[in-house]
This record gives sequence, structure tokens and C-alpha cells, in this order.
Amino acid sequence: MHSVEARLKELMLASLAGDARSYRVLLDDVAKHLRGYFLRRLADAYRGDADDLVQETLMALHTRRQTYEPDRPFTAWLHAIARYKLIDHFRRNRIRATVPLDDAEDLFAQDNSNAAADRMDIDRLLHTIPEKSRDLIYRTKIEGQSIAEVAQSTGLSESSVKVSIHRGIKAIAAKLRGQSADDDK
Amino acid sequence: MTTNDLIDRLTGELKPVSRAAVAKRIGIGMGVGFVASAVLMMSWLGMRPDMMDATGTMPFWGKFVYTLGLGVIGVWAVKRIAYPLGNIRINIALMAILFLVMAMLAMRQLMMTPPSEYYAMMKGHTIAVCTFNIVILSVPLLGAAFWVLRGLGPTRLTLAGAAAGLAAGSVASWVYSFHCDESAMPFIAVWYTLGIIIPGLIGAIAGRSVLRW
Repeated sequence: MHSVEARLKELMLASLAGDARSYRVLLDDVAKHLRGYFLRRLADAYRGDADDLVQETLMALHTRRQTYEPDRPFTAWLHAIARYKLIDHFRRNRIRATVPLDDAEDLFAQDNSNAAADRMDIDRLLHTIPEKSRDLIYRTKIEGQSIAEVAQSTGLSESSVKVSIHRGIKAIAAKLRGQSADDDK
Repeated sequence: MTTNDLIDRLTGELKPVSRAAVAKRIGIGMGVGFVASAVLMMSWLGMRPDMMDATGTMPFWGKFVYTLGLGVIGVWAVKRIAYPLGNIRINIALMAILFLVMAMLAMRQLMMTPPSEYYAMMKGHTIAVCTFNIVILSVPLLGAAFWVLRGLGPTRLTLAGAAAGLAAGSVASWVYSFHCDESAMPFIAVWYTLGIIIPGLIGAIAGRSVLRW
């Protein structure tokens, strides 16, 4: 890790001084790292966007290279840019995902009335717990996002996301127990 | 375009970058914004007519130091938030300290004044326009600060917008202090500060979309 940092930093400093050959080596190397980084963090449905994200990040590295301060680690700077681009991608796609085009033809493919009733029960239960936990539970358990993704897009730490979800589920469990106790009476 | 094509293009476009490039962009942007704001103030409101006499008085310098101090901290905040991972905690803290000092001076002046005059003191004779004028004068500066940040790499856009707005509001209040002939500290502490906070809020709200890159 340390040697990667030292090597990339040296290449970056040479690039800032105008050395095109170092710059090419740097960009080739960075592109490989970025591809792996984005692929690991994108859900299967969005794998195809990894190359776009790599290119957007390389463009940003290029146009904003004056914001690299030579007394700071290069990898941290690059990671901050890549992370920004990834979060930007999540934000954009949450908006798009509200109208999933593929669903249109599947709409009547199967009878969903039971599922719909289940969904209403879930929504009703979720509405009995605080909004923060509700949102986190919805995104992880129903939309299927990972803890890491949710932590990144909300700005919370992974552990506080987990704690929030756990508390929410406990509250729901308590509600359910209370309900069945009521039903037994 | 494949990633290799992009790398070819970027390599071909590479030019050396000076270490002072960020500072230069901020200097140009905020300089132009300041000149625009000052020209607007002089053509629209005009310098206070008693400028010569005023420079011998405490209130003039009180306003001068307060607003210029906030302006310098604000422009510095724009610089710090312009880098990926940048944060402006220290700038916000310094601004708060400056405001507390101002608030203490205002309190001291209130304590030396009979309560019957508090109302007149807070109202001055420009209460209806003071904050509004500062916000208007901050518009060219806010535009300039947004231009500065759009070319750099802020990764926390709401904070970056707030820094841009606070810097714009502070410098605008400094510009305005050459027109305004109010001299009561409580007046300055409330209405000038509000004229700085409002552009800060506007910047924070607009930053999320305007500063995206």
C-alpha cells in the first residue's frame, strides 16, 4: 500500500510539472484501480456504469488536478474524488429508479395481490417506528442496498446504520408481540 | 469513447500546473466579485457623505474590522472547502468568535444606555434597508464564489455553498459599511450579521445543485 502511494504520488508530481509520459502511466494505473473500486461498489444492475464512472473520475482528476496538494497523500485525494463520483451516481440513479422501465411488461405477469397485502402490512408496521430507522430498514431490507451503500449515501457510519436498523426491527418485533397479545385477549 | 481514447486525449492536453493555481483562481474570482459589488454600491447607494469625519470615529472602525475580519475568514473558507475532503470547521469557529466579540461590545453599549433608548438604537434610521442592501450587494460576490468553486473540487456541496455565501455576505457587508452611517454596535451586531447569514443560507441551499461537478 505504501509503495503504491509513493509511486503514484511521484507520477502525479511529475504530471503536475507537465511530464506527459508520467501522466499516461499514472492514468493507466489509476484507471485500473478505479474500475475495481467501482465494480465492487455497484449493484449488479449498474455494473455497466463502471466504465462511465472511471472516465468521469479521470476527467475530474484532469480538470481539478490543481486541487492536489503535494504535501498530502495522492491516494486519499483520488479516493475522495472517486467517492464523490460514486455518491453522485447513486443520487442520480435513485431518481431514475423511481420509474423502472423494464417493469412495465412484467406488470401483469403474475398475481401480486398477496404480495401487495404483505407490502401494505409491512408499510403499516414501518410507519409505527421513527422515520430514520424506517428509511434505513426500507433501503436495506426492501430495496436490497448494502449497509455500506446506505452508509455512504446518508453520510452515517456503517455501525450507526446497523444500530439504527437493529433498533427499528426490535421496535417492530415489540409491536408485533403487543398486537398478538391484543389478539389473544 | 473508450477509456484508452480518453487517456490519450487527456495526456495530449496536459499542461504544467502552478502550485498557486487555486489561490490565483480565488483571487481573480473574488477580486472581480468585489469590484462588481463596490461599483454597484457606489452607483446605487453612494459613499457616505461624511466619509472624512467618519474615519476618525470608533463605530466606523468597529464595523470595518468586524466585516473585513469575517470577509477574510470567509474567503479563506472558500479556499479550504475547494479541495476534495476540505472542511471549514475552523472558519465557522473563528466567525462565531468574532460575532461573540461583537455581541459583547453591543451588550456593553446597551448597558451604558438607558433602556428607553434601546428601541431607537436597534432601529437606527436604516433598519428597513440595511440587511436587504447587504444581501443585494452580495449577489455578484456569491456568483463569483460559485464560479471559483465550480472549477475546483469541493466534495461537500452544501458546506461549500455555505462558505461561498458567508464569504459573499461578509465582503458585501464590508462594502456596505462605506455607505452606511449607522453607529450603534447593537445595530451592527444584529442587522449586519443577518445580512451575512442570509447569503450563507442561500449559498448552502443552492450549492447542492449549482456546485455539482
